[in-house]
Order: sequence, then structure tokens, then C-alpha cells
Amino acid sequence: MAPEKPDSGGGQAALTEDYRRREASVTISSEPAGEGETHELMTLNIGPHHPATHGVLRLLTTLEGEIVRDIVPIIGYVHTGIEKTAEDKSYWKVIPVVERMDYLAYYFNAMAFCGAVETLLGIEVPPRAQYLRVIHLELNRIMSHLVWLGTSALDLGAISMFWYCFREREKILDLFEMSSGQRMHTRYIQVGGVFEDIPPGFEEKVRAFCRDMPNRADQYADLLEKNEIVLERLRGTGVVDQETLLGLGVTGPLLRATGHSWDLRKAQPYSSYDHFEFRVPVGTIGDNYDRFRVRHAEFYESVKIIEQALDGLPEGPFITPDRKVALPPRHELATSMEALIHHFKLVTEGFRVPPGECYYPIEGPRGEYGCFVRADGSAKPARVHMRDPSFINLQALRPMVMDNYLADMIATLAMLDPILGGVDR
Amino acid sequence: MPDATALELTAQELLQVDSGSILDTSFHRGRAELVASPSAIRSVLRHLKDRGYSALASLHGVDYYPDEPRLGVIYEMLDMQRVDRISVKVRVATDAAEVPSVVELFPTAEFQEREVYDMFGVRFDGHPDLRRILMPEDYEGFPQRRDFPTGGEPILFTFNEQQTYGKWV
Repeated sequence: MAPEKPDSGGGQAALTEDYRRREASVTISSEPAGEGETHELMTLNIGPHHPATHGVLRLLTTLEGEIVRDIVPIIGYVHTGIEKTAEDKSYWKVIPVVERMDYLAYYFNAMAFCGAVETLLGIEVPPRAQYLRVIHLELNRIMSHLVWLGTSALDLGAISMFWYCFREREKILDLFEMSSGQRMHTRYIQVGGVFEDIPPGFEEKVRAFCRDMPNRADQYADLLEKNEIVLERLRGTGVVDQETLLGLGVTGPLLRATGHSWDLRKAQPYSSYDHFEFRVPVGTIGDNYDRFRVRHAEFYESVKIIEQALDGLPEGPFITPDRKVALPPRHELATSMEALIHHFKLVTEGFRVPPGECYYPIEGPRGEYGCFVRADGSAKPARVHMRDPSFINLQALRPMVMDNYLADMIATLAMLDPILGGVDR
Repeated sequence: MPDATALELTAQELLQVDSGSILDTSFHRGRAELVASPSAIRSVLRHLKDRGYSALASLHGVDYYPDEPRLGVIYEMLDMQRVDRISVKVRVATDAAEVPSVVELFPTAEFQEREVYDMFGVRFDGHPDLRRILMPEDYEGFPQRRDFPTGGEPILFTFNEQQTYGKWV
């Protein structure tokens, strides 16, 4: 016998009303726990290998029923000692290892490190190199946000978003492969400029991508914005006020979702960011929905920056002409003894950096990536430290999920967007 | 960044509040740095916070081996209104590596102080939960110190696999 369909109209409204009434009776108060059957606490271990933790993150959660009463993130499972390794390598060999810290923001890691070394050396980066850096940084930002959007939607149960986002991500990785030969960890940004000029045809492909991407972002919004499940799970969950976030050192889209317009590209422009017109998307109340909207709006702004950088791409060298820092062009090696010596010295020993310390912050897809480099006058850095936003932002997980449902914790963690390679380094 | 003059003025201001709080200043390639005495670090940071440097952008440890005192803790202060940065550094010796914790002033320091403790062995007095954060809890030594060797752990091959931890039976 076929089940009777609930009649439309009044019956449905009554059902909804009944549900809302029962939902409203559930209280999430923070009354003291530990007394009687209803207040029993349970400790639940989530991870370290859990699909919803976006990497090897372990969360010790203390639950009262379905409500999170305490949460302790335990990290260090993918600690590989990159900062220690960097002290054992010459400056230009450090770039590929720091790129592997936050594995979704490799251009940003390299940019922060190279910027610090360039400051210590006191060398100018040619305008063309600065623009090429901006193009790749912004493509990387879109790529990182695409991975975030796809996997976050997966956590909320929307599997098709994952395929759509990774389709666009593949296009960006193809562009990276075209300009540098690698899809990930490209080692494209060098001390003093970039590794190579862009190949013929690259510009057209990037322009085609820039034409395509806003439409794709519109489609993502159409898929998610009218989805009742997504809206119910994102709106009003994980709210933390701006003061708390500032105290915890949170930067990037998480901070901008509360309405604070802090963006280093505007506040402290580096690599010619002041040449481009773009807006900084901000949210209003700082819930998970605002975090989603801020990152989604950044798709459009990044595309705008890339298009402007392609339009105004200056002619000239793509790396500093300083032979003490950058390799000489290949053709000079056949004719110039001096070029051969420079090449030999750079490849065997590397360049020396005068003693000093530098902290170079840039705005990445997750917030402030700041690289601290201490030079002692030798060809190897004496200390490399990355202030990784994932590591700092993870501290905000506790205030975001306290006294809320466990299911909201999964959504909040997805919107927090921690990259465990960056957390553990 | 404050220029060299503004840095000196800030240092004088801090010295008037507590003589002996600032040991040195340095200005190099646009980076303004105050060297503070470890015991005065809380009052120095509180004063800077009141002056507008309200955010602690980053906190990191450095080992100045073979210079003495060897260890350094660097606080990168940020003024978000005027977009201004100033660094504060304290130096401590390895046998007396104790620095007052600033977690109460800047909650963001909690993980970062744990990381400095983990990597350099600097103990932060008053930290609510000073444990190792990245290395295993039972790890011995402080790996980011300059005299800590790289590659100190044996590499697993077939011949020594049975002798390694957890494979004794």
C-alpha cells in the first residue's frame, strides 16, 4: 500500500509549525553540567584521520548530549620540521621547502619568504615581475578558495559542488603548469623576480579563464544560495564577535566576515597591489554564512585584479638584473666568462645575505602570511619562521563552537578553512 | 613603520615609565626593533598596546648561537589604525630561559608561546597550558636550537626495522 502523501497547504504548514515549536523548546544554555542523567558529559575523539577535519587534525570534544561543552584541538601530526630544514639550505633552495608548508597557498609562502630575503638584500623587483607575481598570487587565491568551497560543501552533504569546484581548479593548475612546468609547488617566485617569463598563449588562456570564472561563481551561488539545507546550517552558526577574533589574532576572510575591512593588499600594499582597483568584501555579523559570502565574493575581486594586471603588464625584465642574486640568462654562459663564474657561484654556494632580521607579511587566502627571516651573513638563513594564518586561526575554533551543536562544529570547521600542512609546518 | 626618530622617542617614553625596561634599539631596513628586558616585557607590551599597537601579529623564537644570551623571543606588534609595525625582542640564556607570558594581554599568543617552548625550550611564566604543541609529548630536546642536529633519528631500513620502537616482538 502506497504511503499517504501529506496534503499540501494547511497540513504542511501545521507540520512546519509543530517542528518549529519543538525546535524552539530545545535550549542551548550553559548551565553547569555533571548532575543527573541529562547532564552526563561524554568525551568524543574526532580524528586525527577524519574526512570532516580537512587534514590530520584531532579534536577532543566534550559533549553534553549533542552540545559541545569543550573542545581541544591536538595538532602536530604532519609536523615535518620545515623551519629546521630551511636552516640547512641555501636561500634559493629554501623556496621549494617553504612552499610545502601551506600546500594550497604555495605562491603565498614563496612570496612571503622571497619578500623577506629581498628586503634584507635591499634589491628592487622589476615591475613586470611584480605584475606576474600578482597574476599568479590571485590565481592561487581563487584555487585555494575553490578547494575550500568544494570540500566545505562536501562536509554539508552537497557532493556536486565538489566536482564543479575541482573542474575550475584543474584549469588553474593547467595554467600553473603552462607558466612554470609544475601543477603544485611551482617554485615560480624567485628571490628578485620570477623564474621565467610567461609563455606565448598564456595570456589568452588566463583571459579565457577570467571570462569564465565570474559565470561559474554565479552558478555556485545559484546552487548554494537557494539551498535550504545550506542556509539553515550556515546562517547564525559559529558567530564570534570582532573583539574576540582580533584578540585571537584572526585575520583574513574570518575577520572580514565580521565587518572589519583589514586586508594587507589595501592597508600595506606590496608587489604593486596599489596599482589595481578592487574592493574588499566584508560581512556583517560574522557567522558561517558571512564567511562563505566573503570568500565567494573574493572570486570576483581576484578575477578583476588578474584582468587589470594582464592589461597593464609592463615590458622589461622578469627578474632582477643583479647577477649576484639571479642566475644569468642561458645565452650569456657561452660568451661571457663573468656570467659563467656568477652561475657557478650561485649554483654551488648560493648568494650571501647581509646580517639582519626581517618580518614580511602578505595577505593570503586565509589571512596574514608573515615570514620571519634572520640572516647571519652566510649563504643559509639562520632562522626561517612562517606565521601561518591556519595555525593562528585554529585558536578561534573553541569560541566558535562552544555551547553549540556538534553538527554545527563540522560546518564551522569547514568555514574556518584550516590547512594542516600550514598548521604543523 | 616608525622611523628611527620615532623609535627612539618610543624607547624614551618606555624608559621614563620604567628605567631598565628597554636595553637597546635597532633600526635596519625599515624594521624598528626594541630590545626589552625579559622581566619588563608585560609592561612594555601593555604600554605599546595602549599606544595603539593593539595586535600581536606574530610571536617567534630565535636561537642566536653562539652569541649570548642565546635565545630570543620576538613580538611583532601591529597598529591596525595607522598601519604601523614595531618589533620587541627579549633575549634570555638557555639555562635561565624564562619569559613572562603575555597570553592575558594577547590571547593569540597561546599557541605561539607553546610553539616557542616546544622548539626552543623557553618557559613562559603564567601560560595557562604550557605543553609541547607540534612535537610528541614525550620528545626530548628542543629541535629548533642551532646545536640540535638534523637527521638525529635513525632511518628505517629492512635490516634495522625489527629493532625500532614498537617492533620489538
